Order: sequence, then structure tokens, then C-alpha cells
Amino acid sequence: MVSAIQQKMKDSFVENVNEEYLTDCMRCGFCLSACPTYLATNNDETHSPRGRIALMKAMRDGDVVWDGSVEDSFDMCLGCRACEPACPAGVQYGALIEETRIAIQQVKPKKFVEKTARKAAFDGIFADQKKMAGTVKLIQFYQKSGLQKATRKIGFLDLFPPFMKEMEGVLPAVEKKKKREKKRGNPSKTATTKVAFFTGCLMDTLFQETNRKTIEMLEWLGAEVTIPKEQQCCGALHGHSGELDKGVRNAKANIDAFDSDDYDYIVNNAGGCGAFLSEYEKHLQADSEYAEKAARFSRKMTDISSLFVKLGLNARLKELESEEAGIVTYQDSCHLRNVNKVFLEPRSLLEDAPGFEYKELIDAESCCGSAGIYNLLQPEMARRILDSKMKGVKELQPAKVVTSNPGCLMQMQVGIQREGLEKEMQAVHIVDFLHEAIHKKQKQG
Amino acid sequence: MELEATKPFLSIVGEANTKHSQAQLLAYSYDATANFQAKPDLVLSPSSTEEIADIVKLCEKSQIPIISRGSGTNLAAGTVPTQGGVVILFNNMKKILELDEENLTVTVQPGVITQDLCLFVEKHGLFYPPDPSSMKISTIGGNVSENSGGLRGLKYGVTKDYVKAMTVVMPNGEIMKLGGKLAKDVAGYDLLSLMVGAEGTLGIITEITLKLIPLPAIKKTGIAYFNSLEDAAKTVSAIIANKIIPVTLEFMDKGTIHAVEDFMSIGLPRDAEAMLLMEQDGTEEQVARDIQTMIGIAEQQGATSAILATSEKQAEELKTGRRVALSALSRKRPTTILEDATVPRSQIATMVKAIQEIAAKYNVQINTFGHAGDGNLHPTCLTDARDKEEMERVEHALDEIFHTAIELGGTITGEHGVGEMKSPYLEWKLGTAGIDLMKHIKQAVDPLNIMNPGKVFAKETKKRLVVHSG
Repeated sequence: MVSAIQQKMKDSFVENVNEEYLTDCMRCGFCLSACPTYLATNNDETHSPRGRIALMKAMRDGDVVWDGSVEDSFDMCLGCRACEPACPAGVQYGALIEETRIAIQQVKPKKFVEKTARKAAFDGIFADQKKMAGTVKLIQFYQKSGLQKATRKIGFLDLFPPFMKEMEGVLPAVEKKKKREKKRGNPSKTATTKVAFFTGCLMDTLFQETNRKTIEMLEWLGAEVTIPKEQQCCGALHGHSGELDKGVRNAKANIDAFDSDDYDYIVNNAGGCGAFLSEYEKHLQADSEYAEKAARFSRKMTDISSLFVKLGLNARLKELESEEAGIVTYQDSCHLRNVNKVFLEPRSLLEDAPGFEYKELIDAESCCGSAGIYNLLQPEMARRILDSKMKGVKELQPAKVVTSNPGCLMQMQVGIQREGLEKEMQAVHIVDFLHEAIHKKQKQG
Repeated sequence: MELEATKPFLSIVGEANTKHSQAQLLAYSYDATANFQAKPDLVLSPSSTEEIADIVKLCEKSQIPIISRGSGTNLAAGTVPTQGGVVILFNNMKKILELDEENLTVTVQPGVITQDLCLFVEKHGLFYPPDPSSMKISTIGGNVSENSGGLRGLKYGVTKDYVKAMTVVMPNGEIMKLGGKLAKDVAGYDLLSLMVGAEGTLGIITEITLKLIPLPAIKKTGIAYFNSLEDAAKTVSAIIANKIIPVTLEFMDKGTIHAVEDFMSIGLPRDAEAMLLMEQDGTEEQVARDIQTMIGIAEQQGATSAILATSEKQAEELKTGRRVALSALSRKRPTTILEDATVPRSQIATMVKAIQEIAAKYNVQINTFGHAGDGNLHPTCLTDARDKEEMERVEHALDEIFHTAIELGGTITGEHGVGEMKSPYLEWKLGTAGIDLMKHIKQAVDPLNIMNPGKVFAKETKKRLVVHSG
């Protein structure tokens, strides 16, 4: 018996999920060993890319009807897209899972709690930089007022899933507003490279210090940095959660904000944002007004490590000397690696950083379980994936675990705390790590 | 399967090792074969030979089909549960049990991933040569049941050449041990060989002891490009005639080169009509000599370029390129139908030419790659299963390829197995007497036909083509 909602869901899959993309998959299974959820479930095909693609097709063809088990398979996907570089057939899995989430979102009313959370996040905080800034003020107040300590004590956060509580524990201390805004865009007179900085909503608020250091580093390397004022959240979280239309709305705002011939590059320092920003072109290719502008935007987009390498940071790092500081390792940002194919550049910078010995983390290319807001929505699976990630970290005993994305950064820090290793090691953003490497030396010299 | 009927199975393996939701049954309804799909009734992950024996006894009692499944990379629909039933997984049986360095054997559970095993024994200076292209994800159990080949088959043979012993659960639930860590053993019929490549139709293999050999000191890889498929094929024959047995002698045609380059961007020349990948291992002196000789032969046969790979990294990239050829080709059209026709290696040039002519005759797109050195080609038909008219032409073309291979003294499948896909053609190769003997064996071992029913044996043999090619 097919219920009305099941029929609607089938129709929604037919309407939203591209059949041609589905038939690109020939089911060879080469993606399986790249999929974190397949591995974390002891090789459950239901939680593999091949299985999910088969389910999408089965939904379209009516070979399955919508039920909890089907929903669970799609919900469990991290969206890390590690299956894409592993796929010889070139299946566009990222597009397929996005389309699947649109198909589901259009039919299935989300649960109240999740709906409220999503509404607040997507329509409010992440859509509007000012609101985000307001939220941060609250966090700041919360941290400075001692309320943080108090709520931790009285267990206010026990009301939330345990993982959220752990995330709360690793929120960075927010810089004061004046300090935050001080360093913005000091045009250098001799600059030959002109860079527009995509600040990112989370990076510009919770990780303001990292953004300040990003600008300082770029200027130190001789670039002129501009921060276009009208920029918005990149829209990635919307896109990954079945609300692509809202993501595209933000995309257009950003394209307008950055539409200037004055910039050689548009740089971001968050892997998750970077991938979506570089895909504006794809999302707007059919839009007569924005297609060309979007292509120009995406072409100029670069991540901070690649730009550092281009601006000659490696050579500058090699000139520096420092005392031995232990092992540094790197946890890939999935989207920086799998979508933008950037993984050599950050490693090369870490290899050249003075004092540290770079060692590769086991399965560094595999997701840490953060995956946007996945660790909030699927805490159990996220925890399993993080636990297996931490096994490699414990084996390596690094002093620093460097990441390229705020989500990964917080997730790795949660992992470190959970293992009780916060005295021995620290998760840091690559910009903060490099800034410290240089700063330390300058102090000494 | 009704909930009530699943209960006895649940009590054997436990709820956590049982899959029966709609999504789970769908996820185990296919393998890597185009156009075959059917849901099982239940999916079980037993943890021991004894649990498997209990499951088999239950299935025997109620005559429920049993399908053993590794990672589902089969290319002949061998693991598609086309008659429903219980799918047995080996994800709880993936331990390497023992490395015996005195007897040079390794004993494993069936769920061990082929590549993991290779890397494990190489750490101990030992070598397990069979390397099917799917080795990164395929399981040893699947390899043994399919008697898988691979890129190194030319010099080192295939899976059957390395199976020394096994434990099998027979269709009546009895546990049988075959073979041993012996160099010689002629006690009775070679039942071990019967089980290798039986595609799960005679029993369930639950433990395997494999032969290992010392890891060769070094290996080197050469690469040659050609302006014509025939020149490449002639090079293969000339190398063998020159008494060189390389580890690998792999072939890719132009379409395959393009597809691989699209995926990997490793600098393969898009104007080449064909390429050969030549690898030799052994002592430094012998490897250098053989590779130079092979490069010389390729040049004599008209190669536009024949060189040594510049680094181990490049050699690995080239081999990976060859391994992903099939999947990479599938980016060209919605449906990819792969064949596995094999001929005596002296006939490789004739076969390559025949495939080209057949493709032209039926106006279908066929790209060919494969293990040229052992005559095992993979003509791959790129098509669209939704186009009935085109599919008919594809079928005729494939029929004719099988026919031609047999005419040339070859076979319908060199390493992928018969499964359900090629079962209608099996009699072409074996003849009535051969099929009858196989049926008698099957009847004696599995009288209720519960072990992977519908595979290997066809309901009806396809009518043999009467073709006058040329």
C-alpha cells in the first residue's frame, strides 16, 4: 500500500533527482573503501555511495517506497564527497545528494525541534551577517560574564544532545569587537596582488582572530586585501540541507558583492565555504543574468593555503629557524580536498614550517565527522567516525593538529578533549598555526 | 520473508547482524553487472563457520536460496539474488588468521579485502600475486569463488594457483575441510579445485589457506604507444615468441585511453590508437634485460613511442589507470556491458581485429582493453539499456564475439565467471557432454538447488549463431 506521502515522495524524486547522473553509476563499488559511513558501519552497503545511488534510483523507479530505512540511509550521508575522486565513472555524487535532499525537503515536514533549529540557522543566523554578529555578541557575553562557567556547572546543556555540549566546550574565545575590526583592509602601497577576502560568517564571528591573522599574513606577503562589505554567508549549509534555493539567494548576493575587476583573487579560509563558492558557477549556469558573473567569481576563488603558496610563503618559512616544537599533522577538510582538489598546498606549508616535523595522519583524507551540522544531527555516527579518527591521532602524538575549516577545527578539538589530550596537543586553523610560526620567529629575531 | 520466518535466523546471528529493512534489502539487490537486480529476503552477517552451518541447515529445511556475497563487485551477476533468499555477508569474518612463514602460506577468513592481504604479506617479504582490478574492495572469498585473475596473471597465474586448503559448509550443513599446507597431494579427486570458481553453487567457503611466494626484488614498467591496434597485438605475440614472460602485458585502445585520461589526467596521449603496459619483476639484471628487449620489440613492431616509466609513482599511476578502465569507460554512456572473451595468446591480433569488425557490423560502440599477454580481452559495449533497438544490436554483437572467441580456440569467460549473465552461453564452450557432467555434479552436491540458484546453469541455452565472419 503506497500512502499519499509516499507517492508524493516518489514524484518529488522523479522531479528533482537527475536520471542521467544516476545512470552514470555502473555500480563497480570502487567508492566503497572511500566512504566513512560504509567503513564505520562495518561495511553496510546501505550506508555507501553505491547503495545510496541505488536507493535514489529505486525511489524514482518505484522499487522502494519512502520509509524510515530509506530516509536513514540518506540522512546518514556526511556529504564529504570522498566518493567523487574515487569514482572512475565521474558520478556527480555531490549533486545527487543535494538533489535528494531537495526532493525530501519539499515533501517531508521536518520535526518541530529540527525545524526550529533549521529555521533559526538558515533563515536567520547564516543568512544575515548582522544577525550572526548579534549571536556572537551573545556568545561573547555568555563567555565573559561567567555564565558559561555557571551553565556548565548546573548542566544547562545536559538538555541538549551530549555532542552539542561537547561542541560548546570548544567554542573559541571571541575577540572584543574593537580588536576584531581594527585590522581590516590596510591597503599596501606596493601591493602587486589584489585580494578580496571572503570572510565567512562563522569565521568572521567566532573565529574573528583567525580572520585578522589571515589579513595580516596576506599583507605581510605583499598583497592588498579588501573586504567587500555586502558579502553574505556562502550558502553551503543551505545547499547541503535541501534548501538550495536559499543557498543560491546568498550566492547571488555574494557575486554582486565581489563583482569587481579590481581583484586578482577572491580568497577564503574555510574549506566548506570554499567548495560551495567555487560551485556558484555550476548552480547558476542556467541563470541568464548571473551565469557569466558566477563563472568569473568561481574562477577567481582560491583557498588560503593555495594563495599563500602562490605568494611565496614556503620560501619565507624556510628562511626561519626555530626550536624543535614536535610533530605537526594535518586533517583534510573534505570539501577542500574532494571538491577543490587542494591537499598538497597545506601540507607543503606545514612541511616548511620552522621547528615542526610534519607527519601524515592515518586516513587524513577521511572525514572527521563534523560535516557542517552533521555532528549535531547525527551525533552517534559522528562520534563513531571521530573515535576512529582519534585512533590515528593518538598513534601519531602530534603537538598540533592543523585543519582548514572551522567545523573540522572544533570537531578535532572535541576529539582531543574527549581523549583527555588537551594538555599534549591542540587543534588549530592553518592560518593561526602559520601566523604563530612567523610571529614567534619575529619576536626572537 | 515473513517476520515469523526470519526469527530462527535472528537467533543464530543476532538482531545486530541481520538486515531486513527495505533500504537494506535494496542495497543488496545488485552487484557490478548491468541490468540485473533482485531483492533478497534477508541479509545475514554470521561470525563463524558454525553459524553458517546452522544457517545452511535452516535454509535446507525450508529450501531457501543462499547467496554468498563479498563486496558485490561481480561482473556476471553472480551475486544478484535473482530468486530471492538469504544473502550471506562476510563483514564479520575478515580476519587474517595465520601467516606461516615456514610453509609459506597465509590462512584467512573470506571477508579479507584482497589488497589488504597483499599489503600484509608484502610487509613480511612475501607475495600474493592474484590482483583483480577490483582488489581495493574485492574480498578473498569472492576471488576464490570466482577464480579471479588480474594484471599479474600472465606470469603468476590466477587465484586457483594459490589456493591450498579451505573449509566449506556443504549444502546439507556439513562442514568439510579440503587440502592442506602441502606441496603435493593426490589423495582422491581434486575437490579443492572443484570448489574454486564454483561461484557459490556448491557450498559456502568459510576459511581459506593461500600459497605465498617470495616477493621479487624489483619491478620495472615499460609503456608503448601505437598507431594501430594490430601493431600492439603483434607486439604482444612477438614478446611471448621471444620467450619473455612479463608479469603484466596490458592493452588499452584509444577510447579506453581517453576515458582513463578524463578521470586521472596522467598525461596519456590522446592521439594514440593503442597502448601496452609491460611490467617485469625479478632480479635487477633480468628485469633490465627483459624490459629493454620488450621496448625493442615494440619499436620493431611500429610503436610510435616505447619508454621506461620514469618513476615508481608513474608506474603505479599507469597500472591504476588500467585497473579503473572499465569504470572510467562507463562515463561515456549510461550502460556498460563488459565481456571477458579469452583466446590463445597467439590469436590476440585476430581477435582484436574481429572485435573491431563486429562493432562496425552492428553499429555499436565497443572499446577494448585487457590482459593482452594472456589472451584475455575485455571488449566493453557502451550503450543505453533504455534503448531496446540498440540493445538488440548489442546482444547480437556480443553473441558474435563469444562465437568468434570459441572458434579461435578460446572461451566465453577468462576470469569474470559465468554467473547468470553468461549462463546461456556456457554450453557453447562446454558442449552437451560438459554441461551434463556439471549438472550431475550439482545434483549430487546440492540436490535441492539452494546454493546460488539460477547461476552458471541456464534455463535455456542460447541458440548458437551461424556466422561467417570475414
